[in-house]
Amino acid sequence: MEVKNANAAMLSNYEVFKLLTDLKEQRKDSGKNKHSAGQQNLNTIMYETLKYLSKTPSSRQTPEIVREFLTTMMPHKLTKAEKLQLLNHRPQTAVEIQLMVEESEERLSEEQIEELIQMVADVLPGDPEQENAAPADAEIDEAVEQS
Amino acid sequence: MFVLVEMIDTVRIPPWNFQRQLNEAVAEELNKKLANKVVYNVGLCICLYDVTKLEDSYIFPGDGASHTKVHFRYVVFHPFLDEILLGKIKYCSQEGVHVTMGFFDDILIPPESLQQPAKFDEAEQVWLWEYETDEGAHDLYMDQGEDIRFRVTDEIFLDTSPTGPAAAASVEKKEPPYTLIGTICDPGLGLLSWWNS
Repeated sequence: MEVKNANAAMLSNYEVFKLLTDLKEQRKDSGKNKHSAGQQNLNTIMYETLKYLSKTPSSRQTPEIVREFLTTMMPHKLTKAEKLQLLNHRPQTAVEIQLMVEESEERLSEEQIEELIQMVADVLPGDPEQENAAPADAEIDEAVEQS
Repeated sequence: MFVLVEMIDTVRIPPWNFQRQLNEAVAEELNKKLANKVVYNVGLCICLYDVTKLEDSYIFPGDGASHTKVHFRYVVFHPFLDEILLGKIKYCSQEGVHVTMGFFDDILIPPESLQQPAKFDEAEQVWLWEYETDEGAHDLYMDQGEDIRFRVTDEIFLDTSPTGPAAAASVEKKEPPYTLIGTICDPGLGLLSWWNS
């Protein structure tokens, strides 16, 4: 066996969650040999990973939400890894943002951090009320003009 | 947390599976081989993402099965350095706090990476953080089953391929093939209950 590329792409928790739920549906339909000794490993890892991911906010996302999130994050010039962590964890406090964004004190003002928290809370589900991105866009325009 | 790894392997399909679609048979064999297994220097394999290329299948003399070279992508658990992860405390020992994520167990937070000052309570076998405020010292216990947020600082891959009979007789301890070392020494890290106001 040869590993051609050990880091071809990064996957968000939502993508893995969706892949595993689709795979589970598929295996449920074809049903006969899932309990053979060879399939036990796949069953175990699928069950455990789904159990872990269903308790995270990523399980409530959709492809449209992820796309919207990435578009609203564009003006902040965050690295791919930072955006991925924000997407997976849905931080609600400034402390969490400082953990995930490197050198956040130098790159983001307090106002921008507040704005980031607001945008994350608006775009990513976990919240029953979902405002659309229009108010967030207005805030971004203001912040860009000020900074 | 998860990455896509491009791999190439030759898949052996036994003759009694010839009636199945090649794609399905190949997918099942790959999952059987790699799911829930650690590949050295790559990570913990979760499941097949897709097959990118299927080359021609060959049958070799002496073996009735077909051998097909497959290019595929696999979903692998391999957190990057300094990534923030969420887990549950499995148990505490002198070596540190052992954290589990359900599908992956070998995560250790050594004593020097705990919020300082930290102390090990021998009676209850639990680590605690001696948190000082103006009112006095609070002892924050790191109990089993508590949700914990930590940062990945190091990963250790061990080659667990079988060694010869001479070595096997002496080495009895089972080392995990993939271990993560974490830290909770920064503000915001540690038990979630410590930071939720």
